[in-house]
Amino acid sequence: MSMADTAAARLGSVSAGNALELRGVTKMFGALAAIADVTMTVRPGERRAVLGSNGAGKTTLFNCITGDFLPTSGTIRLFGEDVTAFPAHERIRRGLRRTYQISLLFTGLTVADNVYLACRGVSRARFSMLRPRRGDPLLIRAGELIEAVHLTPARDRLVSELSYGQQRQLEIALALAGAPRFILFDEPAAGLSPAERRELVAILTGLPTHIGFIIIEHDMDVALRVAESVTMMHNGRVFKEGMPAEIEEDAEVQALYLGDGSHAHG
Amino acid sequence: MAVFDPFSPEAMAGRAKGAPQPMWVERVPVAVWVMAVVFLTMPAWAGTFWIFQVMGWSFILGMIALSLMFLAGYGGMVSLVQMTIAGLAGYMVAILGPTGTAAVSLGLPWYVYIPAAIVIAAAFGTLVGALAVRTDGIYTIMITLAIAAAFFYFTRQNYTIFNGYSGFNLVLPPALFGVDWRQPVPFYYLALGCAALCYGAVVYVARAPFGLALQGTRDNPRRMAALGFNVTAHRIFAYTFAGVIAALGGILLVWQNAQIAPGTAGLPAVFDILVIAVVGGMRRPEGAFIGAFIYVVLRTYSPDVLTAFGLSNERFKLLIGLGFLAIVFFSPDGVLGLWDRWRARARKRRDPLTGQPR
Ligand SMILES: Nc1ncnc2c1ncn2[C@@H]1O[C@H](COP(=O)(O)OP(=O)(O)OP(=O)(O)O)[C@@H](O)[C@H]1O
Ligand SMILES: [Mg+2]
Repeated sequence: MSMADTAAARLGSVSAGNALELRGVTKMFGALAAIADVTMTVRPGERRAVLGSNGAGKTTLFNCITGDFLPTSGTIRLFGEDVTAFPAHERIRRGLRRTYQISLLFTGLTVADNVYLACRGVSRARFSMLRPRRGDPLLIRAGELIEAVHLTPARDRLVSELSYGQQRQLEIALALAGAPRFILFDEPAAGLSPAERRELVAILTGLPTHIGFIIIEHDMDVALRVAESVTMMHNGRVFKEGMPAEIEEDAEVQALYLGDGSHAHG
Repeated sequence: MAVFDPFSPEAMAGRAKGAPQPMWVERVPVAVWVMAVVFLTMPAWAGTFWIFQVMGWSFILGMIALSLMFLAGYGGMVSLVQMTIAGLAGYMVAILGPTGTAAVSLGLPWYVYIPAAIVIAAAFGTLVGALAVRTDGIYTIMITLAIAAAFFYFTRQNYTIFNGYSGFNLVLPPALFGVDWRQPVPFYYLALGCAALCYGAVVYVARAPFGLALQGTRDNPRRMAALGFNVTAHRIFAYTFAGVIAALGGILLVWQNAQIAPGTAGLPAVFDILVIAVVGGMRRPEGAFIGAFIYVVLRTYSPDVLTAFGLSNERFKLLIGLGFLAIVFFSPDGVLGLWDRWRARARKRRDPLTGQPR
């Protein structure tokens, strides 16, 4: 925590000490408010789970934070800086990262090329016309990331040849490239086997403590094991916030999650 | 450096360090050696018409088609403006340098007008790119086609700069090193050298960070942005790079013809470049040159064949059109695609253990 605080302080006067600050963020798709008036703050280094039924607006929230979509209204601050109007790549260069619910990889390239591209994207010299040399630090860093997500045996395979679980691991490797400060994980455990889930939890809990994240996860087991705080979303709104234990015990949440969500909060 | 592939299994596993390394010459495929020897010795055994007209023109059109291949194959952007960029570079050589149209040409020295032509043409390409990358698919084609058409009509009507209908004649290469570069053999080597340079640059850049990133923006622009890449800037810079290649082709073209007129970059020529790139195949840079060679051979010899059958020699366009249709119909990825499939089938017929044909 203290490390993150000093890093934030170094950013200068703009920093209000929060990794992420949303104020009244709304995203309309035609007449549908996919997210409506969402206000939330996440401290640097904090690990937050976002729960909610299908269509609650969790992925849309991520898309607004990363700049994949511009919100219809509201403001988004990243490490104290107002990034509401920034394009996605500018936000990424400020330390934000994400994974996608449906893997969004370069299927025609190898695992090594995918991770190398990710390392390149957040480095300078993105336009370099020179091929990397053998000892290029970014190549070495890419190798370490591949190792970190246990993909070393598959590093020279085309992504299209990987198993589903391996593709999910590669998604995570791409989000860890460079010097991430805050990561958005969109259902990283979906479709994984129990063994792969345990591996995922190990990777997430093993992240350096200054890296905060938000994880969208339907599996309460995974979500509550890696997160210190929980935000419940329903119909595009923040419905409840609290500690994992509180949320787990909450009657309304249980009704939403365990029962049939439709009559919990119309 | 050029032959070391940092993404090869050996390099990535760090194995290349320990094991005894083959000399770089041993790692160049045999086919490349054969091609190099054939091209380098060609003036010794081929006629001057063949090396100047057929091969020289193939290299030039190949370079211009290569610039399209780079944009379309690696960037997913079909630009019809590449012939126009080449034409602009040719015009700049004629306008800035010495020509037979002395009233309009400025007659500057070669070390001014050659770099200036390349820079101006590449800047024009960048500008077109900045307009075109905001569009997709058919709209990119339409906007670049509109610019190509506008350039053609502008050069035809503007007399103060482009000398209108008649254009420029006697546009000759400078006699550098005391060589007359328009003689067939020197011109052949000049065109071969430029073509090889451009080909090598494209092959090299395709695996450099910029080229990899460009292919990333083609396959998955959203993820590229989420990795911190400025997708728009990468696409625009691809137009700049392609513009330099097209400009080199355009300068050689004006020297080969010794003249330039609006028709040089007219709409038929614009479409010919697209046909060449598609017929050759846009997946690899070789395709551009294969397509150009086929086009030039058809264009050069089909009139003779047609007249022999008692047909008007104007019908060669019909032949080219039919060839285009056949290729698009049977092999959407061009001659290169045909060749790749044939090779894959030939390999399958061999015994996987011994490599012998069964
Ligand atoms: N690009 C889009 N265009 C139109 N509507 C969209 C778009 N993206 C999302 N929506 C709608 O917004 C609502 C919220 O979708 P979102 O994907 O954010 O939900 P989610 O909470 O991530 O659900 P899930 O758990 O299924 O992933 C849904 O009703 C969805 O149909
Ligand atoms: Mg979702």
